[in-house]
Amino acid sequence: MTFVNRLRNFGVPFVFGVAFLAFWEGAVKFFNLKPYFLAPPSKILSQFFDNASRIWDAASVSGMNALVGLIAGTVFGVAMSFILSRFRFLNSLITPLAIALNAVPIFVLVAVLNNMYSITSEIPRRIMVSLVVYFIVLVNVAKGLTQVKTTHLEIMRSYAASDIQILRKVRVPNAVPYLFTALKISAPAAVITSFVSEYFGGSQNGLGSRITSNIANSKNAAAWAYVLGACLLGLVFYLVSVVLENVASRGSGATNTSTK
Amino acid sequence: MSIALVAVLWELYKIVGPEKGGKLFGIAILPRSNDTAMPHIWEMLSRYAEPEMRSPNSKLIWFVVLKGAFYSFRLAFVGFVIGSTIGVALAALMTRFKTIERGLLPYLVISQTVPLIALAPLVVSWGGKLEIFGFTWPRWLSASVLGAFLAFFPIAVGTLRGLKSAPAASLELMDSYAASWKQTLFKLRFPAAIPYMVPAFKLGASGAVIGVVVAEISTGLKGGIGRLIIEYARQATGDPAKVFTAVFGAAGLGLAMAGLVALADVLLMRNRPKETTT
Amino acid sequence: MSAVHVAGVSKIFNQGTPKQVDALVDVNLTVEPGEFVSLIGPSGCGKSTLLRLIANLLEPTTGEVTVNGKTAAQSRLDQDYGMAFQQAGLFDWRSVAKNIELPLELKGWDTEKRAARAKEMLELVKLPEFADLMPWQLSGGMQQRIAIARALAAHPPLLLMDEPFGALDEMTREYMQGELLRICAETKTTVVFVTHSIPEAVYLSNRVVVMSPRPGRITEVINVNLGENRSEDTRAADNFFAGITAVREALRGTHADHANAGAIRGVEDR
Repeated sequence: MTFVNRLRNFGVPFVFGVAFLAFWEGAVKFFNLKPYFLAPPSKILSQFFDNASRIWDAASVSGMNALVGLIAGTVFGVAMSFILSRFRFLNSLITPLAIALNAVPIFVLVAVLNNMYSITSEIPRRIMVSLVVYFIVLVNVAKGLTQVKTTHLEIMRSYAASDIQILRKVRVPNAVPYLFTALKISAPAAVITSFVSEYFGGSQNGLGSRITSNIANSKNAAAWAYVLGACLLGLVFYLVSVVLENVASRGSGATNTSTK
Repeated sequence: MSIALVAVLWELYKIVGPEKGGKLFGIAILPRSNDTAMPHIWEMLSRYAEPEMRSPNSKLIWFVVLKGAFYSFRLAFVGFVIGSTIGVALAALMTRFKTIERGLLPYLVISQTVPLIALAPLVVSWGGKLEIFGFTWPRWLSASVLGAFLAFFPIAVGTLRGLKSAPAASLELMDSYAASWKQTLFKLRFPAAIPYMVPAFKLGASGAVIGVVVAEISTGLKGGIGRLIIEYARQATGDPAKVFTAVFGAAGLGLAMAGLVALADVLLMRNRPKETTT
Repeated sequence: MSAVHVAGVSKIFNQGTPKQVDALVDVNLTVEPGEFVSLIGPSGCGKSTLLRLIANLLEPTTGEVTVNGKTAAQSRLDQDYGMAFQQAGLFDWRSVAKNIELPLELKGWDTEKRAARAKEMLELVKLPEFADLMPWQLSGGMQQRIAIARALAAHPPLLLMDEPFGALDEMTREYMQGELLRICAETKTTVVFVTHSIPEAVYLSNRVVVMSPRPGRITEVINVNLGENRSEDTRAADNFFAGITAVREALRGTHADHANAGAIRGVEDR
């Protein structure tokens, strides 16, 4: 990429972003917008730094929930997908369920989960995140394990390879990029689910609850600051999954088509 | 069939699991399995047929849940329409003006990784307090706006990809016909984009539902399914099966929106070559 | 008035940068109405570029392109030519008939006239029963015939073709060549045809324009005199092979053997 191209690809969005912030700031001042509607970026930023340590605490709680759920969901999802690839009839049972669940706001189950545990436990949220992640990972990794090029299978069969060998040497490597695709989707989904779960009551330590309480107390700029914290959290999760993907694919040398 | 599988697992756990909840490796991870916390499946189903509350003239629960789900459905639908209109228009604009594409696309892509849901309480707080040109912001609009917001991003990104997917040879062909940009947009780019737009719309539909439900629960917007879930959850100690009725209602809502998109999919892709999936 | 007149045309990409490509340098060519002219040459000789200059899909760096007595740009706006590419490029979502109607739609023809013309074109390419089928239900050869029908739908005086039969198997290709000659004779269309195949160029054309790369230019124009009525027998004729040899040798940069003067009416240097 030439230097001019790189400058353009970075510069134009940068300019747009700055212009947007400037417009926001200006509009608030000019139209004298009430603080409960929209706070100016300057104030949001100052609130962010003022509350930095509290935001960090809240973010760690939500983030930990997301992380635990992410790991648990991935582990169970991968394990289940191995089972599905072995027993194809289960595949035709479970896959349509997983796909249908994509359309459904399953995070409402948190309300149910909250009843099954004590009121201060973070477990319901972690379970919720695990569930969401589980289905994403399951569908993608199962696809990776089963949708192998026919020519590869034919070659292995001509070597009289056993099922386990085929699994290890062909299916698993084929499935690795799918796992990372699933991670890139699940990481932000985990953060979002961990958030949204907090709106259903239960422990009030996470970012979501803080946002709501700040609004309830009409401290809107502070609420926006927490929102900023939340966005940063989501971004971090996503970037980590991208880095993991790059680290893993460096070894394999496979060409991944990643959409920026 | 898969639902039956889940039901079987649920009942199995009830039989096997500890009454007061158990500790796995010292962590209180196993949920309580007594009837209060985990009602039997048949109790959940039969609850639909019973009245909502103990008072003599309250309606049957399935009616209440259906009403709530329908209310939320309408909000989600409005949000979906708004979000998709803006998303598609923006995608068309970005196809026309490369600068706009360069400037906005990174934000659109990033926004899909960022929990925009966090804005939910803020948007909802505008309800009833905001006045623009004498138009007071109704509370339900916040839910739709949030739904629109969540639907907009995947739809814009997907539509843009689709619009740009027109083959170069076909674009040259349209050039050779001295076709205007608008003609090329409607006769070539949009039809070529449909296979990309359909999955984007599916994401958008589920986004709209999520947005609306989250908005409802963070305010307790009256009439929607979100509020019903919260209410019933609070009453769960006395009436455990109730909350599940609302949960299934919410599930139905999501499926209904997805069904709409699937219907559009079938109608629009009638004449296309079928993709062979291994 | 010539159908196509190219005078002193050059096309240079990325001029002045290290990535400069002299796609065409000082090209002169005149095509008379009703003629069938092929452009042949190795990759990078500029034949596709020249075609696109005639089609006004590219602008020349220097020189002038005149089509039908007007500037190339005006010709495009007036839809004086139809174009066919190697990929048939039919729209998957339109029926065969609607694909043919596309240029007519863009010109604002009303529904009845369009449908009638589409029917006429389908008869011309001998595929009338396929009007309501979808393109992906047709074989490659049939799709190309529809593409040709579409290119000729507005009855343009000029047809520009960029290796339209390149993706077809040999038997279909020979059949399509015969069909193309028949259609052009019926519609009296002038054709500029880009190809990689020597036998194809010789079989179809009145003249074969031989080009070479770096920089792209015309090296020779060979008259092919196989007469007006060509058929499958023509492919076995002596003068057909002589023509092929002449073109092949021109491509190799040597002059044709004058011993076969009966077949070739002389070789024009650029």
